[in-house]
Amino acid sequence: MSLEQFKNRNVGVQSYKTLDVGTTPETGMEKFTQVVKRSVKGELFVGLWVVMKRMLQALFQNDMHTVKYPFEKLPISPRYRAIHEMLRLLESGHYRCIGCGLCEKICISNCIAMETRYDENQRKEVTEYTINFGRCIFCGYCAEVCPELAIVHGPRYENASEQRASFSLFEDMLTPIDKLNLQQEYDGFGAVSPNADNNIKQTPLAY
Amino acid sequence: MSEVQTVDNMISITIDGTEFKAKEGEYILNAARANDIFIPAICYLTRCSPTLACRICLVEADGKQVYACNAKVKEGMEITVDTPNILEERRAIMEVYDVNHPLQCGVCDKSGECELQNYTLELGVDSQSYMIPDTKRETTNWSSVLHYDAGLCIVCERCTTVCKDMIGDSAITTVKRGGAELDKSYKDSMPKDAYSMWNKLQKSVIAPSNGTGETNCSDCGECAAVCPVGALVSRDFVYTSNAWDLKRVPAVAAHSSDGAQIYYEVKPTSIEDRTEKIYRVTNEWNYVSLDGSARFAYDFQNTTASKDEVAFDSAVEALKKAETIRFNSMITNEEALMLQTLKEKMGVKLYNPEVKAFQTFLNYYEAASGNSLWTTDTDTIMKNSDFVIAIGCALRNDAPAMKYAFNNVQKLNKGAGLYFHPVGDTLIPTFGKTVEVFNHKVGLEEAALYLVLDLFADKEKLPEDVKSYIDSFKKSETKTIKEKEVKTVKEMVLNEETGEEEEVSKKVTEMVDKEITVVTNGLVDLLGGDASKFDAAFEKMMKKKESFSMMLGEDLYYHNKAENIAKLVALVEATCDIDVVMTPPKSNALGVALLCELDEAQSGYTVGYNENGDFKLSALGTGDLDMPAMNQQEGTLTSMNKRVLPTNAAVEYNGYELNDLMKALVGAPELTIDWTEQLPTDRGFKAIAFDDLPNSFENDGTDNRGYRLETSNVETELPEVEKCDEDAVLDGEIAYRCNPARQFNDFTDKSHEIFETFSLYASTAKAESLGDKVEVVFDNGSITLDVVADEKITGDIVKVPDFKAAEGVYDLFGASRYKTVTLRKV
Ligand code: SF4
Ligand code: SF4
Ligand code: SF4
Ligand code: SF4
Ligand code: FES
Repeated sequence: MSLEQFKNRNVGVQSYKTLDVGTTPETGMEKFTQVVKRSVKGELFVGLWVVMKRMLQALFQNDMHTVKYPFEKLPISPRYRAIHEMLRLLESGHYRCIGCGLCEKICISNCIAMETRYDENQRKEVTEYTINFGRCIFCGYCAEVCPELAIVHGPRYENASEQRASFSLFEDMLTPIDKLNLQQEYDGFGAVSPNADNNIKQTPLAY
Repeated sequence: MSEVQTVDNMISITIDGTEFKAKEGEYILNAARANDIFIPAICYLTRCSPTLACRICLVEADGKQVYACNAKVKEGMEITVDTPNILEERRAIMEVYDVNHPLQCGVCDKSGECELQNYTLELGVDSQSYMIPDTKRETTNWSSVLHYDAGLCIVCERCTTVCKDMIGDSAITTVKRGGAELDKSYKDSMPKDAYSMWNKLQKSVIAPSNGTGETNCSDCGECAAVCPVGALVSRDFVYTSNAWDLKRVPAVAAHSSDGAQIYYEVKPTSIEDRTEKIYRVTNEWNYVSLDGSARFAYDFQNTTASKDEVAFDSAVEALKKAETIRFNSMITNEEALMLQTLKEKMGVKLYNPEVKAFQTFLNYYEAASGNSLWTTDTDTIMKNSDFVIAIGCALRNDAPAMKYAFNNVQKLNKGAGLYFHPVGDTLIPTFGKTVEVFNHKVGLEEAALYLVLDLFADKEKLPEDVKSYIDSFKKSETKTIKEKEVKTVKEMVLNEETGEEEEVSKKVTEMVDKEITVVTNGLVDLLGGDASKFDAAFEKMMKKKESFSMMLGEDLYYHNKAENIAKLVALVEATCDIDVVMTPPKSNALGVALLCELDEAQSGYTVGYNENGDFKLSALGTGDLDMPAMNQQEGTLTSMNKRVLPTNAAVEYNGYELNDLMKALVGAPELTIDWTEQLPTDRGFKAIAFDDLPNSFENDGTDNRGYRLETSNVETELPEVEKCDEDAVLDGEIAYRCNPARQFNDFTDKSHEIFETFSLYASTAKAESLGDKVEVVFDNGSITLDVVADEKITGDIVKVPDFKAAEGVYDLFGASRYKTVTLRKV
């Protein structure tokens, strides 16, 4: 992206509506007229009526216009970077993380730690994995660097805790095996770009 | 014979238009590296022979394409590193290496320090032009420490080369892969060198050379160290850490006296336990080769230590009333100096059975030769020597660096070697075709030195009595041999045509007896050789030899004729063109020998430092007061190569140090390393502060670590030597105080990757005859040991290890390394 493009925040099709705010009074007389007009117009009561109507609707018709947090939450953009999730392979259910350690390395707040070992099937097993959310700055580097799309940012943004340090372990972040069918493919930070196929060069792998 | 770099043997070459100086006869690659010029190279190992496996080091020299690792520089040579054709070759080579290479950098142990990754990036390989069906290649364990993943192997042969040319075990080799043939069309379509590299690569993988699937080798791990990719890794390390997570702590190998450069690589133990732990040991493998103890005996730290004031106070009390301090060579120079200070200020005796005999021998040697220390070192031997003699040193067990040098001379310098030792070792003769082994009787070490005098001395220089003594071994025998003789015989033959008798001369071959005088060398026979064959063999060995060196070992120090042996060594140096190197028995034995005045025996209340005693200071965590182990402290060690080398603390230590005791007893500087500057200059040390000691190798391999001890040389008269005492020969059942390779002390034993047990080691036949367990009865005690067969030992002598201080093996053997014993089955 060139610098000019980067600086141009006016991306996308704009659909702003301009409000009719009238003209701003200039002279003393104009100002005076505006005050008198507004005072006798009874706008205040219009506002009070609207509030009253909504209240009655909410109380007696169960028609609520605010979100009942924490019982209700608004959907969040897939690009939002909240508490990490560890995904599983859809076919086998095995965790995706291969233990490459890139997230641990790239993490600028140095809050990821992991342990690996050589397992009985000659594979690298991730024996333990933690993120200290007290230090994590949710920069998303880990999700971006992960070659396996194993670590992603989920939508869980409540990360207040009683202590400064707050460690999450591997199993806390891993998709529960019985909820595998609910696992969403992540399309946020670090996910495969829609045109990824075009960027791949063919090699003569005939076998 | 240290090589003096005179202007004479330096020549000028031009690399990419810039002029450089290079040593004559050096490979282009090494010359470039010495001058900080980068030429890609994968398969070449400095100090080993070029294998030409990778061919990526192609350069153009005087208009011709040559392999930089294999072509020598010439005066005025013009070298171009990159030409369009060479760049094409190199890229094709890297593409070939990437064909079917598993895409598993994500889990690979080598990732981040992998030469395949590096060169693939360096040469910008971002597409693949070649293909071939893959072959299934299995992952196997070759030994208790080696893990081989054939799938990752690029068959650069670095592992096999280092094992053969440096280590000497030749335990691995290339075997058939059984893969598909290359498509014929590639021959014409792809760059020539890339094609032939691929052709060879596609045919081989690496496997143990004995065909069993197990290497049965010294388990030094050097093959894994040199492997450019993740194919060869130590079993313990596989998948435990990424290279970039490990912090390197430069240090010195603690156990043998080689003084090998190592890095302890540390990172936190686990997520819960953030104290640092050593994950592995690595080395600058182009310049230094490790043995198994240096590489695998690293986790010997004292983890139990805390500042226990009660123990500290009783230690101070104990030292105050101590009559003797008993210690060994696992101690830094600084600590040795502290103990010597205690001796001077408090009159305590210093008893060190490991070093005492060595120190005495050094004194004898200095008196006889005028040299304050031996005259060469293993690095110089590897560089220059083409004839090595080893006497009294169990090369494989005592001094790995000497074994490597002995072997390296055979392989790289077209050298020859003489090996004198009572215990047969099947490995030594395999080092080279011109290695002669004398498995002489115990006690004939003097005879070996006399043979050296006979073979190498300038007879003019030898004293008369020595000359006539040597001559007295020469037996002239008149032998009757049958010889062919051609005679012309005249006969009268009847000519059938003419019917007349004619005289005809005929040639007939007849066997006649002839008397000849043969001079047989009785010394050769005495030493168990075959005098009738030796002369011819020796003549062959001596062909084109210029630089001679001799390695001496611990057997000579623990010898009742040690003084005479030291004199003979001095005589050898004075009359032959031979340089000498000696093995300090273990770890920092040389430092202790130079710094401490050791006493003959211990007496009274004894404080043991890592040794038995009434009060024990111990870094093993088993004593009355904890001390830091060698990987937990800073300080210097004095190596076999006469260098004072700095070592650093790799893991945390929370207890008291010897320096704290010194502060309480006689006053001491703030830190242990404040003693470094005070090491005595009259013993060859230099007044350099610890933090000012350099710790690196130059690009051309020059060892710049620490500093070299100052040695002095005084002109002396030729020493008066005694004759060889043939009555001192031991017969019967003999035990030899000798550790299995990789074991040196309690610390190696504590390390979890060292598996050699505290047992009696014997040849296979002997072990069979002994059964499972024996009691070895000495005249002053006995020890019961399991019997382990070591197929590399030959002969009947059994080896009793001494690496557990608590077992008191030094006391059983006393002043000799060999004892006649009774072996009782239990
Ligand atoms: S989001 Fe950033 S700070 Fe947090 S774990 Fe990932 S890399 Fe580290
Ligand atoms: S980057 Fe991804 S695959 Fe690698 S260790 Fe982190 S989560 Fe696992
Ligand atoms: S050997 Fe090197 S290139 Fe091959 S998988 Fe390992 S790190 Fe990657
Ligand atoms: S195991 Fe390593 S060192 Fe040996 S040939 Fe293969 S790649 Fe080279
Ligand atoms: S380095 Fe020269 S051929 Fe490999």
